[in-house]
Amino acid sequence: MHTNFSKSMANNFARILSGKRNVGIMSLVGAGSLTAAFLLNREHVTAGAQVRRVYPASADYPDLRKHNNCMASHLTPAIYAKLVDKATPNGYTLDQAIQTGVDNPGHPFIKTVGMVAGDEESYEVFADLLDPVIKERHNGYDPQTMTHPTDLDSSKLKSGKFDERYVLSSRVRTGRSIRGLSLPPACTRAERREVEKVVVDALAGLKGDLAGTYYSLTHMTDQEQQQLIDDHFLFDKPVSPLLTCSGMARDWPDARGIWHNNTKTFLIWINEEDHTRVISMEKGGNMKRVFDRFCTGLKEVERLIQEKGWEFMWNERLGYILTCPSNLGTGLRAGVHVNLPKLSKDPRFTKILDNLRLQKRGTGGVDTAAVGSTFDISNLDRLGQSEVQLVQTVVDGVNYLIECEKKLEKGQDIKIPPPVRK
Amino acid sequence: LNDKMAKLTIKRLSPEEEFPDLSQHNNHMAKVLTQDMYTKLRDRATPNGFTIDGVIQTGIDNPGHPFIMTVGCVAGDEETYEVFKELLDPIIEDRHGGYKPTDKHKTDLNPDNLKGGDDLDPNYVISSRVRTGRSIRGFCLPPHCSRGERRGVEKMSVEALDSLSGDLKGKYYALKNMTDAEQQQLIDDHFLFDKPVSPLLLASGMARDWPDGRGIWHNDTKTFLVWVNEEDHLRVISMQKGGNMKEVFNRFCTGLTKIETLFKDKGTSFMWNEHLGYVLTCPSNLGTGLRAGVHVKIPNMSKHAKFEEVLKRLRLQKRGTGGVDTAAVGGTFDISNADRLGFSEVELVQMVVDGVKLLVEMEKKLEKGQSIDDLMPAQK
Repeated sequence: MHTNFSKSMANNFARILSGKRNVGIMSLVGAGSLTAAFLLNREHVTAGAQVRRVYPASADYPDLRKHNNCMASHLTPAIYAKLVDKATPNGYTLDQAIQTGVDNPGHPFIKTVGMVAGDEESYEVFADLLDPVIKERHNGYDPQTMTHPTDLDSSKLKSGKFDERYVLSSRVRTGRSIRGLSLPPACTRAERREVEKVVVDALAGLKGDLAGTYYSLTHMTDQEQQQLIDDHFLFDKPVSPLLTCSGMARDWPDARGIWHNNTKTFLIWINEEDHTRVISMEKGGNMKRVFDRFCTGLKEVERLIQEKGWEFMWNERLGYILTCPSNLGTGLRAGVHVNLPKLSKDPRFTKILDNLRLQKRGTGGVDTAAVGSTFDISNLDRLGQSEVQLVQTVVDGVNYLIECEKKLEKGQDIKIPPPVRK
Repeated sequence: LNDKMAKLTIKRLSPEEEFPDLSQHNNHMAKVLTQDMYTKLRDRATPNGFTIDGVIQTGIDNPGHPFIMTVGCVAGDEETYEVFKELLDPIIEDRHGGYKPTDKHKTDLNPDNLKGGDDLDPNYVISSRVRTGRSIRGFCLPPHCSRGERRGVEKMSVEALDSLSGDLKGKYYALKNMTDAEQQQLIDDHFLFDKPVSPLLLASGMARDWPDGRGIWHNDTKTFLVWVNEEDHLRVISMQKGGNMKEVFNRFCTGLTKIETLFKDKGTSFMWNEHLGYVLTCPSNLGTGLRAGVHVKIPNMSKHAKFEEVLKRLRLQKRGTGGVDTAAVGGTFDISNADRLGFSEVELVQMVVDGVKLLVEMEKKLEKGQSIDDLMPAQK
């Protein structure tokens, strides 16, 4: 356990208890249960509450011999035995956190994380497993010793306007979670509805070019739905078993929705994989403007929820807290759709991307392959560098890729760049 | 109820805020669940920690089914049916033809009590099959069991099955250890079951950890088959080509009785009580859990205007030959008993035997262009 753990957890928990909502907490009292001590004693309920166990840990340890994900790489029988009796204050358990990784042995394109958080406290209570998973996924970032920088000052971004003969669109996305409410794998219906209410209330306060409208998935008209599909804004009930096995699709489409501003350049998904996903996007190559709007919008939404006594989940160890450990830190993916017909066929393409700390995807998103020569190019990293740093990496990297493409067009040779500082 | 219930540690908002939106829903759970009922039931959990939200999740996530009115809830353990009585009793009553909370269910697995059934016309009846399920007392059911419990069910079941002899002697194929050759053979025999894809099942949590603890056992003659840890602890199936339902039912009863004896020798038993009969995951399978059916060629009868009415009167149900979620192809139907609870095993198989005989007679008449009006049965 971390030395700061008890204090920060107690502070967080005190905030939950004293928050605007008068939530009730009851204790597990059953035949022969050991947990009578927790009965209705708010101030002393802590993380690590006792969980019902019928079998010893060894009988319940999952069979991970055919698995290839980060959870399977790090979940030893010893760690399992240590953590399986624990639950977060919301009652979320290790078995729940790892279920998606047990049910999904591997993914064809990427090594998946294989576990999720059910609430903010998961990252503390299950740190013995999550810390090594985070370290593997985030290139050696050690949550026990390092701190994560947050920087949403978009004025620091240098250049950031791409050649539009190559870059078709620019986009920055992240996620935010509302402190005090459980995350999508574990939230109750009422918590999910509370997330929707808190966020929609805040968004209603946005003005100017950020002013917009909310479309709830349950109440959308056919016409609204068609428009959202045409705009490529509508998200559907997830079909990927990576997501559905974690429980985040329960009660669909209750309390899910899409908000966007009138100019359709700032979009928020509510209660999909995270409490919120925030997206700034435009056709063309003006990443600077996209990032400006991103930062302004995020800060404004934060200010509006704080007015009502809420805040985002964040700490200096892990940055912004999201459902999937892969999205910790900035949770930021800045990317472009870029046409690179010659470069993409060059055998050095992958190495160039690696050295630039960039990732390629198909234009349909994470589970797709590229069609033709148009790629989705974005930052690989999420944690350990700030938002400004990561977007700068994308700007510098994409500019380099375009230079390569131009050189190849003229029959000139290209160079693999040296690896950028991680 | 005290020793069957536990109060839960969770941080929660009010029951009004938690109540699901069932306005688009059409299943048994949605018909019955009110705010007041939810408010009362959410304060309870079974001794194994199963809650009302666990019971109803599948019904919330699946508003309706195109072919049948689904139940919309599941049990996580034997105690679910007691702890959440207020919800489950009316659902059981609605689903099982008015079966009351005070009614008693009779079990009759004596195949000698079946009259006839060995002479269904094989020109029409392609195959005959009887299936049921069994749950092992003391273990949680598939929506709620831990990996250790599921493996415990597998181990105990395989030990019992391995000691069967004579024409019941057979072999167990664990899903996760199967060789490619074994897998292909099981597919060719139409025995292999896959990870469920139906969201009705997935949303209940019964597919967790697939394929751990799952497998298929069958006898050497491939006429007696047991599924381990699919939708229930055990699904027991007796089947063969042709129309000799009597033989199928004989083997079914003999096999089940032997397996039950083996479990009793090990100090456990099947979940059973005199009100609900055999206890299974889905409330629709309570009582006998029995579905006796045939694949039968009735192209003329199935197009007849009175087909549905005949089935209703005979207390029979039609499905496609792919099972519950399919439509029939080319006039060949799966015809089986509609009831599960409130009738004994013998009574249900009798209804199928008598009913299918009548359907085949009607088909023959229609083939000759004759009327079937004088064959119309009374409501059973």
